[in-house]
Amino acid sequence: MKVGIVTFPGTLDDRDASRAAEAAGTTAISLWHKDADLKGVDAVILPGGFSYGDYLRCGAISRFAPVMTEIIDAAKGGMPLLGICNGFQVLCEAHLLPGALTRNSELHFLCIDQKISIENNKTAWTSSYTQGQEIIIPLKNGEGAFMCDDKTLAELEGEGRIVARYVGENPNGSRNSIAGITNERGNIVGLMPHPEHAIDPLTGPTADGLGFFTSVLNAMVK
Amino acid sequence: MALDTVSGALGTPDQKQPFAELGLKPDEYARIKEILGRRPTSSELAMYSVMWSEHCSYKSSKVHLKQFGDKAVKTDALLVGIGENAGVVDVGQGYAVTFKIESHNHPSFIEPYQGAATGVGGIVRDILTMGARPIAVMDPLRFGPADAPDTRRVLPGIVAGVGGYGNCLGLPNIGGEVVFDETYIGNPLVNALCVGVMKHSDIKLAKAAGAGNLVVLYGAKTGGDGIGGVSVLASETFDTKGSTKRPAVQVGDPFVEKVLIECSLEIFAEDLVIGIQDLGGAGLSCATSELASGGSGGMKVELDRVPLRDASLSPEEILMSESQERMCAIVEPSKIARFLEICEKWDVTATVIGEVTDGNRLEITWHSELIVDVPPRTVAHDGPVYNRPLAKPDYVDRVNAEVLNISLPETTDQIIAAVLKLAAAPNLADKSWVTSQYDRYVQGNTIQSQPDDSGMVRIDAQTHLGVAIATDANANWSYLNPYEGAKLALAEAARNIATAGAKPLAVTNCLNFGSPEDPGVMWQFAETVRGLADGCLEMGLPVTGGNVSFYNQTGSVAILPTPVIGVLGVIDDVRTRTPMSFDQAGLDLYLLGESANDLAGSEWAYLHGQRGGNSPIADLQREMRLIELLVAGRVEKIFTAAHDLSQGGLSATLTEMVLRHNIGAQVQIENIGITLVGETPGRVVVAIDPSKAKALTELASKRQIVLTKLGTTGGGALVINGASIPLTQLRKAWTETFPKLFG
Repeated sequence: MKVGIVTFPGTLDDRDASRAAEAAGTTAISLWHKDADLKGVDAVILPGGFSYGDYLRCGAISRFAPVMTEIIDAAKGGMPLLGICNGFQVLCEAHLLPGALTRNSELHFLCIDQKISIENNKTAWTSSYTQGQEIIIPLKNGEGAFMCDDKTLAELEGEGRIVARYVGENPNGSRNSIAGITNERGNIVGLMPHPEHAIDPLTGPTADGLGFFTSVLNAMVK
Repeated sequence: MALDTVSGALGTPDQKQPFAELGLKPDEYARIKEILGRRPTSSELAMYSVMWSEHCSYKSSKVHLKQFGDKAVKTDALLVGIGENAGVVDVGQGYAVTFKIESHNHPSFIEPYQGAATGVGGIVRDILTMGARPIAVMDPLRFGPADAPDTRRVLPGIVAGVGGYGNCLGLPNIGGEVVFDETYIGNPLVNALCVGVMKHSDIKLAKAAGAGNLVVLYGAKTGGDGIGGVSVLASETFDTKGSTKRPAVQVGDPFVEKVLIECSLEIFAEDLVIGIQDLGGAGLSCATSELASGGSGGMKVELDRVPLRDASLSPEEILMSESQERMCAIVEPSKIARFLEICEKWDVTATVIGEVTDGNRLEITWHSELIVDVPPRTVAHDGPVYNRPLAKPDYVDRVNAEVLNISLPETTDQIIAAVLKLAAAPNLADKSWVTSQYDRYVQGNTIQSQPDDSGMVRIDAQTHLGVAIATDANANWSYLNPYEGAKLALAEAARNIATAGAKPLAVTNCLNFGSPEDPGVMWQFAETVRGLADGCLEMGLPVTGGNVSFYNQTGSVAILPTPVIGVLGVIDDVRTRTPMSFDQAGLDLYLLGESANDLAGSEWAYLHGQRGGNSPIADLQREMRLIELLVAGRVEKIFTAAHDLSQGGLSATLTEMVLRHNIGAQVQIENIGITLVGETPGRVVVAIDPSKAKALTELASKRQIVLTKLGTTGGGALVINGASIPLTQLRKAWTETFPKLFG
């Protein structure tokens, strides 16, 4: 199974995401933002970073990259798509997911080992976890507070579309401590914390993040 | 103003020139005239003034720094030595590692965020210029008193700048220091270290060889920022009175630099450059003159081809501009098309601005008129050299003669109070308020970062080869005895590498001092360099490069002499490193090394307002035996944990160890008062499984290192001679200092 990892100018965690995808037993394929070509991949990850320097708004420019046109079409057709951190911001800007990510409540960049609970293990990216499982993976961003209007929040909550929530003190002011959400179909997931940095306790706080990458393999095999 | 051309200069030999305003002394100006055989054009004057500034020419420090060469250790590990953008060290398996530390002190005082940010940006470009992929950064920082109003302005800005730039480059920040002292108020120190990795065959140098090869400027466009920043900002003492010359601090854009890094690495991978230089201090003046003198000497540049952000810039300003995120490469004509194609791929502006020539002159034209015609070496390397007067300052004998009178913790209550006081002291308290603003995970190779003794990154995921880096300075000791202070900082940095089991390999340094025009400061500097050179020779560690920052003083008050020493080490398998703390109960705790009556310069003395006494004398032979022991113990799998003793002594070390994984300890310490808070160098606490006791004893006795059993791990408290401090209480003291101070 092939997982595409997109590199925009300013993407930082593309190598980490590739390493995680390979560790989960999939083949990582690099996708370049200027190429409207998905190279036959079965799933796509939009990794973290500061694409286009976060100019205008985080993710606002990347969303118009040629590769995104292909990705948006494929995801609407059911292709698994995971946006991590800046990737989540791109998904919101592309309207594949609702809401927006705004500045952390403390108003500065925050890099911590964060406990989150898996609130929906039925998505393409979370099936390796048990419902309610608590895991620890890094959270690192300056604009990670998930915001949306009350109606959207009620929908997300009502339809079980909250994928992950921060456990304990809310680190960044996200509404309802939301760490990640999904679309109705469950193939598109946006996640603020970084599972790709937690695939080996040698280099991360835990190996808890690997489940996101094995989940997509399971989703495709099924 | 009319264009000042070379022919014009010949015709107007007596025209008055503002050399003094540009920071040049009359004899320096006379020397330029002598070199050129005429008065310089205004563009030439701009180039000489900026390149002959203290910051670029090392004119006050050169005579001392040559000891690093004279006393150099003979080693095959050093692939590129002092003089290039950064030294390069062989770490085995075909890998070469380059690392360097630089200061960005003055700009960071004026504009904390941008000053710190561009400090990171500059050192990262130095590493990239060697052909290496930057893999980590570290930032030793020093501030005025933690509760001073200006510290509240400067510290959050500097921390945000370090994070804002480094995070956006995708470089893990793996350590550093945060130290407070009165003398840094008005003169905060922002030192930035970067480390990069490459294969031996990928090393690049700053040289412009081969007539007909092209000079390419690529990266950001040139603007008016930082004009004269180098000569003025870095050479003028801040004075509260009198006129000030403080032009704009450079403004950085980390996104442009990130793209520039990836673009450059792709260019390097295809072997498309002959030589390369980044544009940092002194901008194009520096890059063109250094590249030309690194080759045969001849170069022609058409300055009007430089892409500008501000079309109104004069040629002098373009030559002096310190706009960030620019690089200059020498490219063969046959490879230029591919070079430009890669730049296009990354949306990086690239422009051919000139070519290498057969001659030995650097000739720069502005719309076809010759405005610079100089021998490039005279600009880049033949700047003035000063043997400035030096004299041991009066204070030294006076403070050395002071007898410290400080009460030591003896009773149960005193022990508890002392441990809590030290834990909460700003110099020793939890720094995660700072380090949580830095990304430590990106690139996925971080093995150790703050608060570990050293930062460690894996450089090969298959073989598990890694490097460790530590930076240390003990300015209190350097104040009492700069010669010993430098050796002690070197020993501490090396020890901090070795506690993890890595083998120290090479040294870099950032020497932060007051005004070199003060003979007392110059004496501190000379003693420091002598101490560091002697220490490196004795320990067999080559100095790969470094940086000198003078004029860190306000009025007549200079900062403490602050030599920040960085040591790089190698570890063959990062999976086998020794962690700094234990995560289980039932281990035995031992102290390696002897505790003497070393209170002078300690944190305990500082907290009691006493700065006098004598610094310890460095015993580098013993330090080397201790390092050998720590590396051998790691290889033989004897240690569960090992943690260095430094500021705050045994009290701080035990505090950091028990809080790391929230496992307590019970220890019994002889001669408790001085042993708990004294700072005798060359000591390490290790935790071992009780079954390893015999092996540890053998390890220590073989290397004549004193071994003392302290106690065992476990429980929910740190218990010292029966004085019990619950970990919750200890953690509260340790963690609440920074949030209370900085929000």
